[in-house]
Amino acid sequence: MLFTGIGFQLKAGEWLHVRGENGVGKTSLLRLLAGLSKPPEGSVDWSGISIEADPTSYRRELFFLGHRDALKDDLTALENVLIASALDGSAVSQDQALSALCRFGLRGRELLPVSCLSAGQKRRVILARLLLRKATLWILDEPFNALDSRAVELLSSLIAEHLASGGMAVLTSHQAIPLPNAKVLSL
Amino acid sequence: MSAFFAIIRRDLLLVFRRKSEVLTILFFFIIVTSLFPLGIGADSGLLRKIAPGIIWVAALLATILGLSRLFISDYADGTLEQMTLSPTPLVLLVGGKITAHWIVCGLPLVLLAPVIGIQFDLNSETLGTLILALLLGTPILSLIGAIGAALTLGVRGGGVLLSLLVLPLYIPVLIFGAGAVFASSVGLDVSGHFSLLAALLVLSLAFAPWATAASIRIAIE
Amino acid sequence: MNWFSFSSPATFYPLAGKLIPLFWVLATLLGVAGLWISFFVAPADAVQGQGYRIIFVHVPASWMSMFIYMVMAAWAAIGLIFNTRLSAMMAQALAPTGALMAFLSLWTGAFWGKPMWGAWWVWDARLTSELILLFLFLGFIALQASIDDVRRADKAGAILALVGVVNVPIIYFSVKWWNTLHQGSSVSMTKAPAMAHTMLWGMLLMALCFWMYSIAIALMRVRVIILERESHSDWVKNLKALQS
Repeated sequence: MLFTGIGFQLKAGEWLHVRGENGVGKTSLLRLLAGLSKPPEGSVDWSGISIEADPTSYRRELFFLGHRDALKDDLTALENVLIASALDGSAVSQDQALSALCRFGLRGRELLPVSCLSAGQKRRVILARLLLRKATLWILDEPFNALDSRAVELLSSLIAEHLASGGMAVLTSHQAIPLPNAKVLSL
Repeated sequence: MSAFFAIIRRDLLLVFRRKSEVLTILFFFIIVTSLFPLGIGADSGLLRKIAPGIIWVAALLATILGLSRLFISDYADGTLEQMTLSPTPLVLLVGGKITAHWIVCGLPLVLLAPVIGIQFDLNSETLGTLILALLLGTPILSLIGAIGAALTLGVRGGGVLLSLLVLPLYIPVLIFGAGAVFASSVGLDVSGHFSLLAALLVLSLAFAPWATAASIRIAIE
Repeated sequence: MNWFSFSSPATFYPLAGKLIPLFWVLATLLGVAGLWISFFVAPADAVQGQGYRIIFVHVPASWMSMFIYMVMAAWAAIGLIFNTRLSAMMAQALAPTGALMAFLSLWTGAFWGKPMWGAWWVWDARLTSELILLFLFLGFIALQASIDDVRRADKAGAILALVGVVNVPIIYFSVKWWNTLHQGSSVSMTKAPAMAHTMLWGMLLMALCFWMYSIAIALMRVRVIILERESHSDWVKNLKALQS
């Protein structure tokens, strides 16, 4: 048993910073919140309804990012973004995908297979996905890992924009995250 | 629905970029069927009699070889996890992946089979039955096999364990499929065999994607 | 009595402990009665002589192997739907006994077949289906053994057992069908001699004996599984402290 007695509420525009040492269960908690695993006791509610009762609506509003990149190495950055959005049922146009990739500094690299990109560049592809997905709740596990300082800035401003327009986020991070309206949960 | 076609396109695109994985499976099919005459002898009467069984068993084994690649790469790079979190029903995405798997691993077996049938000196009517039986049977193999692939995702001894789990479940398909070809080769009626194969196909279409999706969620948990 | 209080491993453990001797006693009594009827009361068969008596083990073992598979699948389904740990442990406890019954059926089948038809193995419908059932049991056991995470092993095994349960009738039907297609001779285990009353009684008593035995062994096994899984909990630590 990793943890017990955890409860919190998150409203629009707020974000939760989950802190704790390695191995204390931050990732497990985030996976619970995303609905990947079920807590033996307790529930996760979205707009007052348990996520188990209506998983599809929850998933429409959720974007989860774990430690892995969720990118196909053999496909190009552009293909990854287009296909991921098609699989989510909200296909985007090629122009939208290209401009998202461009915003995150991948202009000129969109047509390279992802296996040719550096770790930092791969993470930027995911940021492009994040932008295009338009989810309300972002659950991001150590999103600032492997990002260079420029990309850290880009992600921070992206999250700030998201929160300002009524979105919510749950983040774990080793570093301090310079964003306002933080709620903190220490495990 | 568009997500269903999107994932089929994606999987086919991925295979196209790495063709060798699939070609080896087809060569395996050809090699295995060639081993039997070498092991048994070239008596064409005997070969004609055992051909249905051999071709079907080789098809089963080749399918199983291809099954371990069905989910493993998506599982490893995290895209499978994203699929379980997608608003698109996982059953639909799983169905798409199984369809792509059949196009890549099952359909070529159907197309290669007549060539192998000729090696065993089967007449043209029997060859026709063979193609049709494999056409009905290989999707069933992909569907049932997907359950095994999902159950053994990331488990130690995965590939061999997968075979142990899935081969007993393949036996009805083997019996009806090989039975159809054998019946055709001796001039008997094959409609009974085909109705049973069709029934198995409908049954697996109805249940296998659900069981596979449930197994994937268990593996991802 | 609140039956649900027994669905916790901690309360089930002592209950099982009390029940086990009862089932052993029942198994022994039924076994003695069954064997006595099988060997001394049931008449020698007109065609097969004394050697046929092995069916008093072969047939009950077959019945039990099928029955245990159904029960195992039922427990696995309950564990999957209601997320109860004890149900999954019961399924895990039953599997080896089911495999044993299937193996016993095959082994005694061979001993029956050899003197009767001169072959250690015949591809008749029942024996072949029994062989496949043995594979299904072994697959279940192997899958659970290969998965390290206990809860994942439970759920994966449950799905496999349920897929198996749907397939068992299909497999049985297809093997029977295959058998009638290819069978040249009339060798068949299922064509048993016309049953005298006493023979039927003998088989029923032996079947009940195997059933009681299976319950006893399964309860013993589930107690071991409970101890293994709950070894970190207080009540288990108290147990060990008491015993040492």
